[in-house]
Amino acid sequence: MMKMFKNSKTVAVLIAAFLLFALGASDVLAANAEPKQKNIILATTTSTQDSGLLDVLIPIFEKETGYFVKTIAVGSGQAMAMGQKGEADVLLVHSPDAEKKFMEAGNGVNRRLVMHNDFIIVGPSADPAKIKGLKSSAEALKTIAKAGALFSSRGDNSGTHAKEKALWKQTGITPAGQKWYQETGLGMGQTLNVASEKKGYTLADRGTYLALKKNLGLDVLVEGDAALLNIYHVIEINGTKWPKVNAAGGRAFADFMVSKKTQGIIKTFGVDKFGSPLFFPDAGKKVEDLGK
Amino acid sequence: MELIVQGIVKAFELLLSFDPEVLGITWLSLKISGTATFISLFFGVSIGTAVALTTFPGKRLVISLINTGMGLPPVVVGLFVTIMIWRSGPLGFLEILYTPYAMIIAQAIIATPIVMGISLASIQNLPPNLRLQILALGASRMQMVWVLIKESKLPLLAAVMAGFGGVISEVGASIMVGGNIKGYSRVLTTATVMETGKGNFDIAIALGIILLILAFLVNLLLTHVQQRQRLR
Amino acid sequence: MNSIMTVQNLLVRRGGVTVLDIEEMSVEAGRVLALIGPNGAGKSTLLLTMAGLLKPDRGRIFYRGVPVDTGARRSEMRKSVSVVFQESLLLNTSVYKNVALGLMFRRLTTGDIRKNVENALAYFGISALAGRSAKTLSGGEAKRVSLARAFALKPELILLDEAFNSLDPPTRETLIDDLRHILEETKITAVLALHDREETLRMAQDVVVLADGGILQSGTTAQIFNQPASEFVAGFVGTETILEGTVRNNRNGLLEIAVADKMIEAVGDFLPGKAVFCCIRPENITVSDAPQDKSSARNVFEAKIQKIVRQAFFYKMILDCGFVVVAYITVSSCEDLRLCEGSSVAVSFKATAVHVMPRER
Repeated sequence: MMKMFKNSKTVAVLIAAFLLFALGASDVLAANAEPKQKNIILATTTSTQDSGLLDVLIPIFEKETGYFVKTIAVGSGQAMAMGQKGEADVLLVHSPDAEKKFMEAGNGVNRRLVMHNDFIIVGPSADPAKIKGLKSSAEALKTIAKAGALFSSRGDNSGTHAKEKALWKQTGITPAGQKWYQETGLGMGQTLNVASEKKGYTLADRGTYLALKKNLGLDVLVEGDAALLNIYHVIEINGTKWPKVNAAGGRAFADFMVSKKTQGIIKTFGVDKFGSPLFFPDAGKKVEDLGK
Repeated sequence: MELIVQGIVKAFELLLSFDPEVLGITWLSLKISGTATFISLFFGVSIGTAVALTTFPGKRLVISLINTGMGLPPVVVGLFVTIMIWRSGPLGFLEILYTPYAMIIAQAIIATPIVMGISLASIQNLPPNLRLQILALGASRMQMVWVLIKESKLPLLAAVMAGFGGVISEVGASIMVGGNIKGYSRVLTTATVMETGKGNFDIAIALGIILLILAFLVNLLLTHVQQRQRLR
Repeated sequence: MNSIMTVQNLLVRRGGVTVLDIEEMSVEAGRVLALIGPNGAGKSTLLLTMAGLLKPDRGRIFYRGVPVDTGARRSEMRKSVSVVFQESLLLNTSVYKNVALGLMFRRLTTGDIRKNVENALAYFGISALAGRSAKTLSGGEAKRVSLARAFALKPELILLDEAFNSLDPPTRETLIDDLRHILEETKITAVLALHDREETLRMAQDVVVLADGGILQSGTTAQIFNQPASEFVAGFVGTETILEGTVRNNRNGLLEIAVADKMIEAVGDFLPGKAVFCCIRPENITVSDAPQDKSSARNVFEAKIQKIVRQAFFYKMILDCGFVVVAYITVSSCEDLRLCEGSSVAVSFKATAVHVMPRER
């Protein structure tokens, strides 16, 4: 059989291929050789991840506890769907109404307030619908609808989208299907870009807006309404209902998020980059007291 | 246009500064897709050759399935693999969801039919009496198969390139089963999608360019090997 | 009588159809056997079975007297039997590596391989081509490489399946000559599937005529060509003149046969009243100006030239003597005798040139 391999080039190629395979396999297998309970699956939202906060917090958590956190960034809706099936260990989401239903169904335990930031309504500086300075966000949306001005919605069941839908409900107007109402199905950053390109309005979380501000041609037009608060909770998945869930890991992460040290980091996150913090730490407070 | 130029500049910045995160992502892309391609080469060539050389009832059906598999939508593969390996799935006990391991499996599933179909076609394309001639010269069955595979080196290398090209540029399945976890399962394609989603178009373009360069270099190497064959 | 291979009771079916059904066939060692027959006769199938590449549905093969009936024995036999197909089937590598292929399967030492390869290349006059890429060869060169590859294994029996079909005539000529010499020199037994009469006559000492999977006739070349056993075989081997007649008289082996309204004299062993075919090969018919008394031919007839058909290097003449005969005549003779369609000539042939065989009415 060795005669078959007389061709040294064949040998070289095969060796190279084998090395590549071995390298890849060994890395992968090493990572997986860790005891499985060291892995925590954290389901959170794209906007949370995009803010960069987790990139700061998670390495600290991993170093302190030795856990390996797999951050899966999807929309709030999908995150909770994952939780409902026990496919995640802990959630960090910001869709309070859906969260309440989630808890009622017994899928989660220990829903704790972590932080908040706010949403803003942004639009072109020219502001054709003339909503600048309005105190009520619902009022602003009503005005946009009446003017038939272009509005970009995320349309992806994310926390942002849920908030937006709640506001529309308050106006009593159904925007779906109307010519000026466009659902992008995209993440926050992309939706902001679409609104900027088309000179339209959109509802965005302040964090993402600040991060992209310099490339966007959009101004903050409506802010500060209590209805625009974007509230983050951490929810541990119910280990009794889902035995495969890493309940201890989920608890450890949740505890970490509300710990004093972490809350301190959250308080200052983003200040040097954007001049103002992206999030406001709220652990231990009551939801009704937020905002002011 | 300006954006593309920005992207090119950013790409060079990232590469020349040996930005560790970008290098890590690039190396991971290469490892994962390389391993997947290697696996697909093994299974694809062996099964493709076996199907080409044997007669069995239902052969035509099997060939149709292989050819259909070549056009399998990667995101569908990702979905099925996810369902298989998540906690409530039959393979959940392996606990490989959101790992590079799962990405290799998904990519191997995507690439294998491609390599299989092309191997099948190229072996079938050899002169029908060649097999008999080689056996007549005293080859054992294994020796005969090896000679036939070597005779098809050109199209088989094309198959490898097709398989590799398909998976290095794959994103849907990779995000689903890998989770795009920073420093762990984030590869060039998934990072590009994420940066685009964040609105960081310059970084996204830079990553895209790096991906193109990577794909180009690998194919350059394989093409070199392939075309050297032709001159012999 | 040293048989190198014998097949008995051979049956091969494919797709529900019988493609080969042979009661008995032997190949004599050291001789060249031609397997001839029309397309679809089963020649290739027979060769593949003899090569041990095809397992028959029924039957036995004996190689040097030993029955070959297991997979292991078949592999053993394959070591002494080489096959060459119609296509050259060379690999995309150098000529040297191609010729060495079979030797490499046997795991010989590099030195041994080189010796055998160089020998084989020399035999076929292609030593200079050793380093060339096989894909750059002409048809004739490729065929020589294919043959060299088969001979490099020093086989005892070599099987060629219509090996010269794809070559142009001059290439074919030279190659056939070379092969003939090599076979004579090396005393390797050869079985060639052919459908060219000329090649058969030049190369083979024995002939087996195959049609529809069965043997119609087997014997030496002379036997087949001069004494075809049936009308079909006669037609196939190129006996252009086949006449229907009835034996009128048998005088000690000298027959008088009535054909049309003439009498033909022939040699044979049939009783008066027997319905027969008279086969006369065209090269045995002489065409001349006027009835010659000097010739020893007993059959002399006046004839009118019906048609003259130009063949490659001679003329084929269709003559009407009361019955139709086909004769060959050289171009120069034709011109000398100033023959053309309609001319009156004399046709003569020896009694011994007439092959008589029975005719079912």
